[in-house]
Amino acid sequence: MKIAVCVSHVPDTASKISVGSDGKTIDPNGVTFIVNPYDEFAIEEALKFKESKGEGEVVVISVGPDANKETLRKALAMGADSGVLLKDDNYRDSMSVAKALAVQIKEMDARLVFFGKQSVDYDNSIVGQLTAELLGYNCISVVVDLKIEGDKITAEREIEGGREVVETSFPVVITTQKGLNEPRYASLKGIMAAKKKTIEEKPAAENINLIEVVQMKKPAAKQPGKIIGTDSSAVPELVRLLKEEAKVI
Amino acid sequence: MANKVLVFIEQRNGVIKKASLEAAKSGSDLADKIGTVSEAVLIGSDVDNAGLLGGYGIKKVVHFKNSELGNYSSSAYADLFAEYANESGADYFIFSNTSMGKDLAPKIAVKLDAGIIVDAVNLDIDGENIIAARPVYAGKAILNVKINSAKKIFTLRPNVFAAGEASDSIAEVEIREVNSPNLSTKVIDIKKSEGKLDVAEADVIVSGGRGLKGPEHFNLIEDLADALGAAVGASRAVVDAGWRSHGEQVGQTGKTVSPTLYIACGISGAIQHLAGMRSSKYIVAINKDKEAPIFQVADYGIAGDVFEILPALTEEIKKIKG
Ligand SMILES: Cc1cc2nc3c(=O)[nH]c(=O)nc-3n(C[C@H](O)[C@H](O)[C@H](O)COP(=O)(O)OP(=O)(O)OC[C@H]3O[C@@H](n4cnc5c(N)ncnc54)[C@H](O)[C@@H]3O)c2cc1C
Ligand SMILES: Nc1ncnc2c1ncn2[C@@H]1O[C@H](COP(=O)(O)O)[C@@H](O)[C@H]1O
Repeated sequence: MKIAVCVSHVPDTASKISVGSDGKTIDPNGVTFIVNPYDEFAIEEALKFKESKGEGEVVVISVGPDANKETLRKALAMGADSGVLLKDDNYRDSMSVAKALAVQIKEMDARLVFFGKQSVDYDNSIVGQLTAELLGYNCISVVVDLKIEGDKITAEREIEGGREVVETSFPVVITTQKGLNEPRYASLKGIMAAKKKTIEEKPAAENINLIEVVQMKKPAAKQPGKIIGTDSSAVPELVRLLKEEAKVI
Repeated sequence: MANKVLVFIEQRNGVIKKASLEAAKSGSDLADKIGTVSEAVLIGSDVDNAGLLGGYGIKKVVHFKNSELGNYSSSAYADLFAEYANESGADYFIFSNTSMGKDLAPKIAVKLDAGIIVDAVNLDIDGENIIAARPVYAGKAILNVKINSAKKIFTLRPNVFAAGEASDSIAEVEIREVNSPNLSTKVIDIKKSEGKLDVAEADVIVSGGRGLKGPEHFNLIEDLADALGAAVGASRAVVDAGWRSHGEQVGQTGKTVSPTLYIACGISGAIQHLAGMRSSKYIVAINKDKEAPIFQVADYGIAGDVFEILPALTEEIKKIKG
C-alpha cells in the first residue's frame, strides 16, 4: 500500500519578511526555508501507520522549484521511502497546487494521503481539502487524533470549543494539526540513508491560476500605544480608557 | 444584473453562529453594491429563527433539513450547498473562516470550479472586481488578491466584518427535506473542551504567558476573565510547558482570534503570537519589560508586574460591572 504525504517548503517563521521587487511576492534573499512545520506531523503519522502495519511505502510529494528537494530530503531522512518533485518555478495558487498533487496521487494510487493543516507561508489551510475533492476522496481536516481499524477511520478534529469525532472510510485525505503526534528527529543513520533514496522529478501538471495577486504590502504599522504606568496605580486610568475611549467594557 | 450572492450559514445545536450573521451582512452589502440579491443556505435539523437573517439583508434562506444533519458532515453539506449553488445560478459565495467554513469552502470550490480566497479581513468592491485583503506570512505581510474565474468564493475572518444591528425584515425560508444525505464522512460525537468560553469565538480574551511563572498562578488570569466575561487564552510557551491546554493557544500554531479586546499578560509578543491576535480591535499589554514587542501592537500598556496589577485590575472591573 502506498501512503502519500504532501509537503511544502516555507520560510522559517522567525524570518524577516520583506516585499520583493515585483511587489507581489517576498524577497527570498536572506530567508531560511524549512519543512512546513505542520507537514512534520503528516510525515510522522504516515511513518507510524506504516510501522504499525509492518508494510507499505511512504512517498513524499512537493510542488515547486528545485529548492523543495531540500524539504523532500528531510522527509526521507525521517524515514519516508521516496520522493517526488512536481517541478514548477512559477507562483501557483492553491487550486493549481492541488491539481498537480491530485494527478500524482491518482497515478501512484495512494488511498491514504496526509497533508499538514496549513502552509505557514500563505496560511491558506485548503490544499488538502481541494486535493481530496479533486480525487473524490473523503477528507478530515485539522486532525489531532487518528485511529484506523480495517477500513474504518475515526478522527478527532479541532473545532471552536472542542473536538468533533468524525467517521469515514478509505480512500481518505487527513490534514494534520499539532497535538496529533511528536514528530521524530532524523537520526544520523536516517540522514545517510536518505542520500541513497530517490527523488523522482517531473513537470507539474499545467499551471492555471484562478487567483491573481494584485499587491503584497507590509501591514500598516500600528501606532505603538500608550504605556500608562508601571504599577497598579495605573489601573483606574486603564479601566477609564477602556470604558470611555475604547468603549469596550 | 450580476448573478446572486450565496451565503453559507453555520448552525450548531440549531443556533445560527454569530460569524454567520457577519457573513450574511457582508454578503448582502456586496449584493447591494453589485446590483443583485443575497440568499443563504442553511443545513441542519431544527434551526431557530432562520427568518431573522432577513434583518442582515438576506432575501431568501434555503434550509436543507434532516435529523442526521444537525452535526456537520462534510460530504452531505458539500453536496447540498453545491446543489443549490448550481440551481440558483449564484456567482459569489461567502463563508466564515471557522473550522467548518475552512473545511467546507474548498470542497465547494472544486465542485463549482470557483476560485477561492480564504481568511479575508477586508473586501474592497470596485465595480464587479472584488479585491480581498488577507494576512500572510503570520501577518508579516498583507496580500491584495482577486479572483479571475466567473464563480468566486470568499471566507471571512470572524469578528472582523461587522454584522451591525439587525433590521426587522424577515427572510423567506424555504425548507427542503433531505431524503438520504451522503454521510460518507460524518460527525458522530462532539467533545466539548473543559474551558468555558472558546478563544476563537470570544469577544474579550485574557491571555497569560510565561510571565505568570507557573500554572498555579493562572487563577489571576481566570479571575480577570470571569470579571470581564472573557475567554482564557495562552501563549505557546505555557502550552508547551503543560500549564494550559492546546485549545487555549493563540498564535500561528494555535488559534487566530480577533476579539474586541485582547489583554496579554506576561506575554512577550513573539511574531508567532502576534500572528494570532494582532487583528484584535483593542490590545492591552501587561509586561514588566517595557521593551517587550507586545507593546508595539498594544493600544494601552502597563509596564509592570502581573502579580500586582492583575488583582487590582480584577477588583476595578468588578466595581464597574457591579
Ligand atoms: C513555528 C513556531 C510556531 C509558534 N507558534 C506559536 C503560537 O501559536 N503561539 C505562541 O504564543 N507562540 C508561538 N511560538 C513561540 C513563540 O516564538 C514564543 O516562544 C512564545 O510566544 C513565547 O511565549 P511567552 O510570551 O509566554 O514567553 P516569553 O517569551 O518567555 O515571555 C514572557 C514575558 O513575560 C514577561 N514577564 C516575566 N515576568 C513577569 C511579571 N512578573 N510581570 C509581567 N511580565 C512578566 C517577560 O518580560 C516576557 O516578556 C511559535 C514558535 C515557532 C518557532
Ligand atoms: N507546494 C506544495 N507541494 C506539496 N504540498 C503542499 C504544497 N503547498 C501546500 N501543500 C500541502 O497542503 C497543506 C496545506 O497548505 P495550504 O493550503 O497552502 O495552507 C500543507 O501543509 C502541505 O501538506
